Amino acid sequence: MSTEPPPIEVRHVSKAFRVDGRFVQALRDVSLMARAQEFVSLIGPSGCGKSTLLNIISGLMEPDEGVILLHGKPGEQRLGRIGYMPQRDLLLPWRRLLDNILLGPEVMGRDLEQARQEARELLPLFGLQGFEDAYPATLSGGMRQRAALMRTFLCKQEIILLDEPFGALDALTRRTMRSWLLEVWARFRQTLLFVTHDVDEAIFLSDRIYVLSPRPGHVVRELTIELPRPREERVVSSSTFAAYREEILAALGL
Amino acid sequence: MRDKRARPSQRWRPLGNWRYAPPFVLLLSLLILWQGATAIWQIESYILPSPWEILQAGIQARGLLAQHTWQTAQETFWGFLLALGAGFSLGLAIDFSPFLRDALYPVLVISQTIPIIAIAPLLVIWFGYGIWPKIIVVGLVCFFPIAVNTADGLRAADPEMISLLRTMGASYKDIFLKVRLPGALPMIFTGVKVAITYSVVGAILGEWVGGSKGLGIFMLRSTNSFRTDWVFASIAVTAVLSVLLFGSVKLLERLTLRWYYTAAREERWEEIQKK
Ligand SMILES: Nc1ncnc2c1ncn2[C@@H]1O[C@H](COP(=O)(O)OP(=O)(O)O)[C@@H](O)[C@H]1O
Ligand SMILES: [Mg+2]
Repeated sequence: MSTEPPPIEVRHVSKAFRVDGRFVQALRDVSLMARAQEFVSLIGPSGCGKSTLLNIISGLMEPDEGVILLHGKPGEQRLGRIGYMPQRDLLLPWRRLLDNILLGPEVMGRDLEQARQEARELLPLFGLQGFEDAYPATLSGGMRQRAALMRTFLCKQEIILLDEPFGALDALTRRTMRSWLLEVWARFRQTLLFVTHDVDEAIFLSDRIYVLSPRPGHVVRELTIELPRPREERVVSSSTFAAYREEILAALGL
Repeated sequence: MRDKRARPSQRWRPLGNWRYAPPFVLLLSLLILWQGATAIWQIESYILPSPWEILQAGIQARGLLAQHTWQTAQETFWGFLLALGAGFSLGLAIDFSPFLRDALYPVLVISQTIPIIAIAPLLVIWFGYGIWPKIIVVGLVCFFPIAVNTADGLRAADPEMISLLRTMGASYKDIFLKVRLPGALPMIFTGVKVAITYSVVGAILGEWVGGSKGLGIFMLRSTNSFRTDWVFASIAVTAVLSVLLFGSVKLLERLTLRWYYTAAREERWEEIQKK
């Protein structure tokens, strides 16, 4: 492995919230990292601080303790440097689909004509062709999620954070979406930090997985997934896959 | 990966099709009842003229009515523009800083408890008998709902949407123009619709205190000369003017907020109402 510092590293991060005068410890001493072009998943029970961690990494929040390093240097100004897809799709209802997708390039002051052209070419990959002019309210959940994902990828950041992007979808749609996400990722090859609470999804997608404990969130296990790529659906029924599943479930205490 | 709900809105209907039939029928039945009542009890026309007499009187006085209506329409227009400017600016100011919010909001609420009818004569003393006092009265009557709805609408922005833009490195101005203002528009339009409903009545109020032209003046003069039919004719014109103004705002709203009035949303409401 190279000695270059990883694009993103979280070091000894802790975070507590004050809720009704009480302290709620959301994260306790979390350390993890993602290498260039790596697909890393964070898996943990609901409420263990996964979203909080992504909020901190993106720069929306600062940790109480610990640091976020970008390429080995303290990332003091992280806003605008990391692509973030929050749990809700957050499409702006007053913008047509294509204008929603182009929000990133627009805000960042990039060449909009060029971005629009590229977006149009990519619409089929995201299954959104023909809906450029539709308002979000008229789209299905799956489409909205793909649009949000496309918006995130088109921000063209080297690091992308995805917070349970398929969390709100039904099990069948999730299955098609995960193979499709790998296709998309193969094309953009950004460093991905993927949050989920679905064990199979994490194994299927990732190069590496961090398992978090219940609140306060803490890394209890790190696994490298050595399934060959490109991955196909039937890998799910292999014995290696089952072994990984056992390991993660054990780490989750299930 | 497609499903059939995900179809761009085609059934876009700016004003609905038959939605305006019920009020029309109701209004017509009331007029017929009124006509019948005046005939049965042979009510004197200077006490209560029949709708038919009112219509005839209106047509007879159409030249006069048109002049006065034009005057009132002008007062309404400029006064409403003033209210729009002042209301929106005040809404922005309230939104701009917590200090201004704390300072301005209560004062605005108190300002609404002052009876306009008490201020209007003062306005005449300060600004004379010209069009200005009327414009100001319309402004005073109309600015409040616009100011409040602008301030509250801007506040109602989804914090997560704002966060999303911040992760893209957006500036305060970007967030305001791309998230908060567009999101506030439905509420601002609601304020504007309330305001425009009061606007014509505001102008007439302004005329009553001092003036020589306008529907309000025409009403006063007709009352004094027992031309009750003309009083009702000018009331009818006032109502028509108000409805027309309201209708234009509504139409503008539908055109501006096409994202808000998507076919999917309308259908959902129809379903809810069926239950
Ligand atoms: N802004 C906040 N203020 C107060 N408490 C918060 C805030 N954000 C998260 N929390 C709390 O922190 C804990 C972790 O939340 P979250 O990061 O959303 O978990 P997850 O995404 O893993 O489900 C929860 O108990 C939640 O209530
Ligand atoms: Mg979460």
